[in-house]
Amino acid sequence: MGGYSSQELVAIFVMQGFSGLSLFCVFLLMALGLAIIFGQMGVINMAHGEFLTLGAYITWMVSKLATETWPWMQQFYFPLAVALAFLGTFILGYLVEMLLIRRLYARPLDTLLATWGLGLIMQQIYRSTFGPREVSVVMPDWLMGSWAPTDIIDIPLNGLFVMGITALMTVLVVILLYRSRWGIKVRATTQNRLMANAAGINTQRVDRFTFALGCGIAGVAGAAFTTIASTGPTTGSLYIVDTFLVVVFGGAASLFGTVVSAFGIAQSQSILEFFLSGSMAKVITLLTVVAILMFRPQGLFASKVRR
Amino acid sequence: MDKWIAAFGGRQRLLQLLALAVLLMVILPLTLDIFRLNLVGKYLTYAFVAVGLVLCWGYGGILSLGQGVFFGIGGYCMAMFLKLEASSPENTAIQSTPGIPDFMDWNQITELPLGWIPFHSLTLTILLIMTVPALFAFLIGAAMFKRRVGGVYFAIITQAIASIATILIIGQQGYTGGINGITDLRTLLGWDIRPDSAKYLLYFLCCILLIACLLVGQFVLNSRYGKLLIAMRDQEDRVRFSGYDVANIKIFVFALAGVFSALGGAMFALQVGFMSPSFVGTVASIEMVIFCAVGGRLSLIGAVYGALLVNLAKTLLSESFPQLWIVFMGALFIGVVLLFPQGLAGIYEDYVRPQVAKLFSRKSNAESQGDKAVAQEAR
Repeated sequence: MGGYSSQELVAIFVMQGFSGLSLFCVFLLMALGLAIIFGQMGVINMAHGEFLTLGAYITWMVSKLATETWPWMQQFYFPLAVALAFLGTFILGYLVEMLLIRRLYARPLDTLLATWGLGLIMQQIYRSTFGPREVSVVMPDWLMGSWAPTDIIDIPLNGLFVMGITALMTVLVVILLYRSRWGIKVRATTQNRLMANAAGINTQRVDRFTFALGCGIAGVAGAAFTTIASTGPTTGSLYIVDTFLVVVFGGAASLFGTVVSAFGIAQSQSILEFFLSGSMAKVITLLTVVAILMFRPQGLFASKVRR
Repeated sequence: MDKWIAAFGGRQRLLQLLALAVLLMVILPLTLDIFRLNLVGKYLTYAFVAVGLVLCWGYGGILSLGQGVFFGIGGYCMAMFLKLEASSPENTAIQSTPGIPDFMDWNQITELPLGWIPFHSLTLTILLIMTVPALFAFLIGAAMFKRRVGGVYFAIITQAIASIATILIIGQQGYTGGINGITDLRTLLGWDIRPDSAKYLLYFLCCILLIACLLVGQFVLNSRYGKLLIAMRDQEDRVRFSGYDVANIKIFVFALAGVFSALGGAMFALQVGFMSPSFVGTVASIEMVIFCAVGGRLSLIGAVYGALLVNLAKTLLSESFPQLWIVFMGALFIGVVLLFPQGLAGIYEDYVRPQVAKLFSRKSNAESQGDKAVAQEAR
C-alpha cells in the first residue's frame, strides 16, 4: 500500500467499493429469487442462472426491436423490457414447476440434479438461438455517462441505476413475503405443509406461484444485468455457485441475512481484488465463507427453529 | 469359503463382478484397438469416482458435488511425480533454471517449490495419493458432520470447494501449470508410459485397481458397518439414539469415496498423460454424479457400466453432433431422476434379471427358486 497517498487510497476504496456494489447488486438480484425458492420452499434450482440469462436475452430482443423498428422508443424501452422479462421467466418457471419440480419435492438432492440438467439444456438452446457470442443492449442515452463527485472519483450512471432496481426489488420481495396474504400462505406452507393444507391453503398452487415468482425475479435481475454487462449463453451459470453460497451464508430462511452476506462477499472480493490478483481475492473470500460456514452451518442470521 | 463369499456380497454379486472383469480384461482388449482401449481406460478412471459416490451418496445419503477435488488430488500428485521425472536437469538444460518443470521456468520461478519436493519419490507419491484425500475428506467431514450439516447444504458447500480449487489451480500458474495443467508426462521410474505396450499394461492395472475397489466396496457394504450406513441414511436419529456416532460413520464413507476418486485420478494421469483443472471443477464433479446415477446409485457394479456408457455416448455424440451432446446430457439428468431413479441396475433387476432367471429355470427349477429368494433378499 506504500505507493499511494491517503487521498488516493480513499478514492481507491470508494471506487473499488462501488464496483463491489455492482457485484453486490448482481449477487443480491440473483439471490432474491433463490432466497424465495431455496429459502422458503427448500428447492434447489440449479437452473436459476439460466432464468437470469433468459431475462437478459428478452431485454436484448426488446432493445433490438426498439432500436431497429421504432427508434423513438429507444429511450423508453427499458420498463417494457423489464415487464416482458418478468412475464417470460414467470411463465417458464410456472411450467417447469408443473412438469418437473412438483414430482421431486420429497427428494431435494434429485431436484438439484434435474435442474442442473435443465440448465444445460437451456444453455444449449441459447447457444443455438442467439449464438455463442455475447450480445449487449443499446443503452438509452440517460444511462450513459458517469457522476464525478470529486475529480478522481468517477461513478458510472448505469451502476447507480442497477442499484436503484435492486433496492426496489428487495423492498418488493420483503413486502410480498412479510406483508401480504400470499406471503403468509407461503410461510405457512413451508413451515408445515399438512397443517397449511388443513387450514384451507391450496399448497400446490402456492408452490407453483412461489417458484414462478422466484424465476420471474431472476428475469428482472437479467434485465438489470444487461445494463452493466453483456449477455452470453453461460452468463447466469457463472454466478450460480457464488449465489448459492450467498444464500446459505446469510441463513437460508432470512432475507435480511441474504442482503448482508451478498454485501459482505461482494465487498471483500472487490476490495481484495485491488491488492491481490482477481483469482486470489475470490479464493480468499470464498474460503473464508466456507470456513465460517463450518463453524456456523446455519448461516449468519438463522431463524431460531427447534429441529 | 462360503463365509468369504458372503462377506463380499454373495455368489450372485461375485458372478456379476466376474462378468465385468471378463468384459473389461478379456473381451474389450481383444476387440478394440489400443486407441479405443486407452479411451475405455480413461472412462474407467471416472468409474472410480462413481463407485465412491455409490457408497457415499447411494448408501450414505451424502451427495458430494466436489468429488472432482479428490480426483484432482490423485491426478495432480501422480502428475507432479511424473513431471519431476520428465524435467530432469538433462531434459531441461535449455531452461534458465534446469531441473524444474517447464511451466515454472516460464513463470520466472527459479527454485522448486516446497510442496513439490515429496514428489521426487514414487513411494511417497503413492502414499500421498492415498492419505491426502483421506485427510482432506476427514477435515471437511469432521467440520460439517459433527455439526450435523447434511443433505443440500453439504452439496452446496462441496460444490463451492470444487469451485475454489479450480480458481486456485488456474490462478497459481507457476506452481500448478495453470489452466493447461501439467502436461508432457513421459516416464515412470524410467519406464516410458507413452508406447502402446505401456498403455496395455496401464489399462490392466487400472482394471485390477477398479475391481479391487469394487471388492472393498462390497466388503464394506456387507460388513456390520454397511448395515449401519444404510440404517443411518434411512433413520439417522434412531442410529444416533442407539448410541452410535453418526458423524464418524459419515466421515469414514466420505473419506473412502475420496480415496477411490484419488486412485482414479492417479490412473487418469498415468493413462492420459496429463492432468488439468477441467477435471476438478464443478462441472466435472457433477458429471461424475450423473455417471453414478445412470448406473444406479445403489449398485457398485452399475456405476462402472454407467461411467462407461455415458462416456461412450459422449464420445459418439460429440464426434458427430457436438450441440446435441449437451442437450442429451441435460435430458439424461432429468430422465434418470424422474423415470429411473435406480438407474441401469434398477432396469436390470426389474426387466432383465427375471428373463435370465426364466432361462435358467428350464434347466433346474430348484436352483432358480433359490436365486429368486436371493434376489428378493437383495432388494
